[in-house]
Amino acid sequence: MKQKFPFSLVKRVGRSLGGGTVGTLILLLVSLWIVFALVIGDRFFSADTLQSMAFQMPELGILSLAMMLALLSGGLNLSIIATANLTGLTIAFVLTRTVPGSEGVAWVGWQLLAIAAGFGVAGLIGLVNGYVIAYLGVSPILATLGTMTLCKGIAIGLTRGNVISGFPDPIIFIGNGTISGVPFALVVFALCAVPVAILLNATPFGAKVYMIGSNEKATRYSGVDTRAALLRLYLYSSLLAGVAAVVMMARFNSANAAYGESYLLVTILAAVLGGVDPFGGFGKVGGLILALVILQMISSAFNLLNLSQFLTLAIWGGILIAVAAVPHLRVLLRR
Amino acid sequence: MPDSLKAALARFRRSHEFWLLAVILMLCTGLGLANSQFLSMQNLFDLLTSYAFVGILALGLLVVLIAGGIDISFTATASVAQYVALAIANAYGANWLTVFAMAIGIGITLGAVNALFIQKLRIPSIIVSIATLNIFYGLLIFATGGKYIYSLPDWFATGIFWFEFDWGKASSYGVNLQILILGIAFLVTWLLLNRTNIGRQVYALGGNPDAAQRLGFHTFRLNMLVYCYMGAMAGAASLVQAQLAQSVAPTVLVGKELDVVAAVVLGGASLAGGVGTVFGTFLGLTLLAVLQNGLILLGVSSYWSPLFVGLVILISVSVTAWSQRERRARRVRA
Repeated sequence: MKQKFPFSLVKRVGRSLGGGTVGTLILLLVSLWIVFALVIGDRFFSADTLQSMAFQMPELGILSLAMMLALLSGGLNLSIIATANLTGLTIAFVLTRTVPGSEGVAWVGWQLLAIAAGFGVAGLIGLVNGYVIAYLGVSPILATLGTMTLCKGIAIGLTRGNVISGFPDPIIFIGNGTISGVPFALVVFALCAVPVAILLNATPFGAKVYMIGSNEKATRYSGVDTRAALLRLYLYSSLLAGVAAVVMMARFNSANAAYGESYLLVTILAAVLGGVDPFGGFGKVGGLILALVILQMISSAFNLLNLSQFLTLAIWGGILIAVAAVPHLRVLLRR
Repeated sequence: MPDSLKAALARFRRSHEFWLLAVILMLCTGLGLANSQFLSMQNLFDLLTSYAFVGILALGLLVVLIAGGIDISFTATASVAQYVALAIANAYGANWLTVFAMAIGIGITLGAVNALFIQKLRIPSIIVSIATLNIFYGLLIFATGGKYIYSLPDWFATGIFWFEFDWGKASSYGVNLQILILGIAFLVTWLLLNRTNIGRQVYALGGNPDAAQRLGFHTFRLNMLVYCYMGAMAGAASLVQAQLAQSVAPTVLVGKELDVVAAVVLGGASLAGGVGTVFGTFLGLTLLAVLQNGLILLGVSSYWSPLFVGLVILISVSVTAWSQRERRARRVRA
């Protein structure tokens, strides 16, 4: 009995963090860590490496949270990148409209106004997505494919594919500044991840989202206003893409209609790797964060080893298949 | 008019294809009146040539969607097939038959990899194809360094030009490689889905996989066939694209997968499986092609074309969903 105790404790901690995949992910994280530590040595643990990892993760992280919300309800949000770019361009447009010399309260107010305008755009896209999906009954993948193309069209049409750049210091700080060594962008990520986790696990809304993802019809017949919940869900997803937009534009000090397009499928990859069921109903923020750390660790390690970033992509794909195959393999072994 | 024909017409009028055809005819009439160039033979042949790549891929994807799966790794498959087949053709020589055999063979192999992961490891097809997209593409760029191939074999660069005929003064038209392969792809896909036993099994598999399995269909073999067919189409399409572009660029195809999805879905194929027709896919593709081409002829900057494409997708899927809901509501009331 005594020997069994720690094992079941690990299991219970794992389960409370987010289902069966968490155990697999922790195992994977530890083994990757050991392998990279042996191959790379000290450099892998240097403050610089850790800091650069912490700088790179938040963008993908916030976008993955946006994708995860839609996935949990059994949907998909293909428009997150286009939303982020249109939001970034809106903020950039308002920011660059002002006289650079102006100082003081008015300047701070203008920056806040710019960000507010950006979130207005993101919110509007979210409402369009939510309305079309929840009230017209269009499948999420098609509706968001439409808004994705539409948003990209507006962004490209207005900017002719050009870049808007040159932002004030406070904006740049969001992407590049640090607070006692911790990148501010990571703080922003935490400020997104914690409320999302609370929203999903400790509010009636969160419970509704998981129920919709498991069985939408049954949820509707049990008296839940699934349409209102879905509308709100896609609004939140869009607003998270808006936060990602601020971080992204701050990091590059510019905004463009085509930034981060390769992230789209990677956000799905990250979410599913983190144990989010692609058909909805299951998945926790904790699992997603573990998946993000694993992906970032592979990317940084390959960078230190001077291996191509494209090899990183291939390895990411391989790991997704390996982790996704674990439940079925476990069933086969038990038989 | 015989009753059976009348019934068929009535059924057609209620179908998704009817509305698509109506919208396309309206668009074409309007564009034809606004710009005399639009309905010219030259423009028609140019459109067919430039949309052949997306069209061939769309036909492969149609079969996968009907079977109830999805594949978005086909752009990576096409990149690999294109690169390897033409690199070998450059190094060791080849002819039309062998270069297509190589590209299609590579496509089938990579399609089989997808099918194996989906069927043997029981992973949802969307996850597998996102993963394999990254694997195929990542390894290709890692191995080749992302270098373009500019020098293609002469016979390949020249292409083919059949049934040449003159039209007016200085222009001549003919069936080029793009149009030929697109035509073959349409014919083969139509035959497969409508005139073979396997085609009916693919519909059944997508409509209700459990029922199909209990009826005794070999679902593993069927799935294998469907993903290999997608791979074969990706292989053929890749050569068509390389011949048109006159180069092999390993990085330009990946990222276009959602355009193909949009064309197939506009054509009425359902992501839930079991639904979709070759004619619908043709119309979906035509709508996108006519729209983008028309905008350019009307003098609208091509920067704006995604905006209109997005609007058309959004409106089309909304109207379809709304009318389905109305029909269901009417049925409940009756």
